[in-house]
Amino acid sequence: MKFWLFCAAVLAAWSAPPAFGANSAQPMAGKQVFDKWCLPCHGDSDQAPGTLALRVKYKGTLPAVLEQRTDLTAATVKYFVRHGVLVMPFFRKTEISDVQLNALANYLQDPRGRK
Amino acid sequence: MPLPPNVSVDDFSQALRQFESVVGKQWVFTSDEDVGLYRDAYSPSWGEASERRASAAVAPASTEEVQAIVRIANQYHIPIYAISTGKNLGYGGSAPNYSGSVVLDLKRMDRIIEVNEKQAYCLVEPGVSYFDMYRYLQDNKIKLWLDVPDPGWGSMLGNAIDRGAGYTASQFRNHFDAHCGMEIVLANGELMRTGMGAMPDSQTWQMYKQGFGPWIDGMFSQSNFGIVTKMGFWMMPTPDAFLKGTVHFKYFADLSSLVEILTYLENSKITTGYPDLNSDVLGTPNLAGLEDFLIHGPIPRDAEYKALADRHASAEEYEPYGLKHNIPFWSCAFTFYGPEKIIRAQWEHVQQIYKDAVAGVSFEVTEFFKLPLSEGDQGRVQYPAQFGIPNLRTFSIGARSAWNPNPPTNGHMWFSPIIPRTAEAILKINEVIRAAAAEYDIHLPFAMNVPYPSWERCFMFIIPFPISHDPEANKRNRDAFRHLVRVAASHGWGEYRTHAIFQGDVMDTYSFNDHALLRFHETVKDAIDPNGILSPGRYGIWPKSLRAANKKFKE
Repeated sequence: MKFWLFCAAVLAAWSAPPAFGANSAQPMAGKQVFDKWCLPCHGDSDQAPGTLALRVKYKGTLPAVLEQRTDLTAATVKYFVRHGVLVMPFFRKTEISDVQLNALANYLQDPRGRK
Repeated sequence: MPLPPNVSVDDFSQALRQFESVVGKQWVFTSDEDVGLYRDAYSPSWGEASERRASAAVAPASTEEVQAIVRIANQYHIPIYAISTGKNLGYGGSAPNYSGSVVLDLKRMDRIIEVNEKQAYCLVEPGVSYFDMYRYLQDNKIKLWLDVPDPGWGSMLGNAIDRGAGYTASQFRNHFDAHCGMEIVLANGELMRTGMGAMPDSQTWQMYKQGFGPWIDGMFSQSNFGIVTKMGFWMMPTPDAFLKGTVHFKYFADLSSLVEILTYLENSKITTGYPDLNSDVLGTPNLAGLEDFLIHGPIPRDAEYKALADRHASAEEYEPYGLKHNIPFWSCAFTFYGPEKIIRAQWEHVQQIYKDAVAGVSFEVTEFFKLPLSEGDQGRVQYPAQFGIPNLRTFSIGARSAWNPNPPTNGHMWFSPIIPRTAEAILKINEVIRAAAAEYDIHLPFAMNVPYPSWERCFMFIIPFPISHDPEANKRNRDAFRHLVRVAASHGWGEYRTHAIFQGDVMDTYSFNDHALLRFHETVKDAIDPNGILSPGRYGIWPKSLRAANKKFKE
């Protein structure tokens, strides 16, 4: 895990923001994947539908903002990305590749990676 | 592995191997798990035999790869269904019209080929989303705006050829109208460019739409005549300022003047922004209040108001309540883009015209921003799409909320006919839809629905339908939806766009002179796609070989 996070950090520092025209297979750091695909619905905002829905679901027992969670496992993240839930659709591999999903799942699983 | 209908196992295997040789093994999807990701996440027939499912998917990265795939599909007579970003949720998503088709997933073709700031246009591939373009403009400090629909992850190209709408100035809100020039892979694999792009080395492909001779771009929207691989768009130079001024009307009967003057003002270009029409006393939200409504529900009112709602009072019967509590019956927010001096003068003019024509109107400036927006202002705007800022706020609809804690929906679809721009039409469709809804037990939350003035010359009337994973509930909604399509058509109101499973039903209502238009589409289809490989059934257009079995939707 630490090695992977190190790689992700190096990658994040080296690469520009998600490039355009470099199609979806390229490796991305977990944070980049999150920002591109999850943030508009799951950001720390009153305008993020996913966060608003999770606030009602958890009623304060868990953080509604995914990046504030410390209980997520990589498997859970992968499940929801590939299966969706309620109004959240699932995501194809041309959108989030398996490599990118691994990066995202590791990012959300390990809160230390988010500091 | 499911097979495309009428294709042998050997032929399909052979075709898949050849697809792999074009795009690489990684980008041909055949496992149940991978192909399942091409289901329509908001399918109105989720899990039923009638749900439209793909047999496989292939994801090219270039126009040349698309051409090669089309040639292989032709050789083996394999139906292929092209998607751009596949996020057309509510209208079919990434699932094909014809089960067993191979989805041609163009998401990897995500190059922004050109943005010309001085000439205010861009040229993009199908996989470029509104988010992508917005970020590109921001990162490169390009002073252009793009017009965005509600879901920001949609494809600029895909939304335009599905004829979607946005929220900025009128000449950009109709995304198809705002395009200029296409590149298309035809069913035989040949590459064609339209407009000025038909001239080799053209210097004006994104500057003049029509080119020379018949202008055929429209034939590649809402159709299955070709695969659009590049598309140009005209963009709006970042305006100096934004002003939103709201006119409030006291009386139910003011609707007529409101609409008549609004239409004149738009046709005269005195206002070009999205006119936001709502009824405060009936509780219909405007854009500013939409998200709040989706999350918290209607504004709580007193027992007198509740009594009106409980007895299903007509819209007109709410008027005394509004007058007593100083709640406008109607409001219309006008938006203006441009230099401050000019847009304040335009707003002044709008006020003068209404003041002269309608007794008791009142006015307020509801938003004013100098542009470009400061970082702080970005979070303060009422509706980001009116500033060309892509977002996903619309997905609060049907989601879990304090108002709608349980059960949330599994998505939505839209019944969306076009009606005339008159008060009479608004009242009439409400009367007709209310009767039809009662018959099919469709819940309408307001005494009256207010239309969307997305385009200048008509209104769009919208009824959302929830999607469930309960087949019985979905069946009821499908029956109700089809009923509304027929009832609306019997009054001369046709849908502008619809979910894939209803496209045959809607096309069937455009039946002037024994379906002359559809028969023309079919003649074209047979001529340019003789093997019927491109998106069979899309928008109700079936190739000859499948027409008899599929032309009218069957369940």
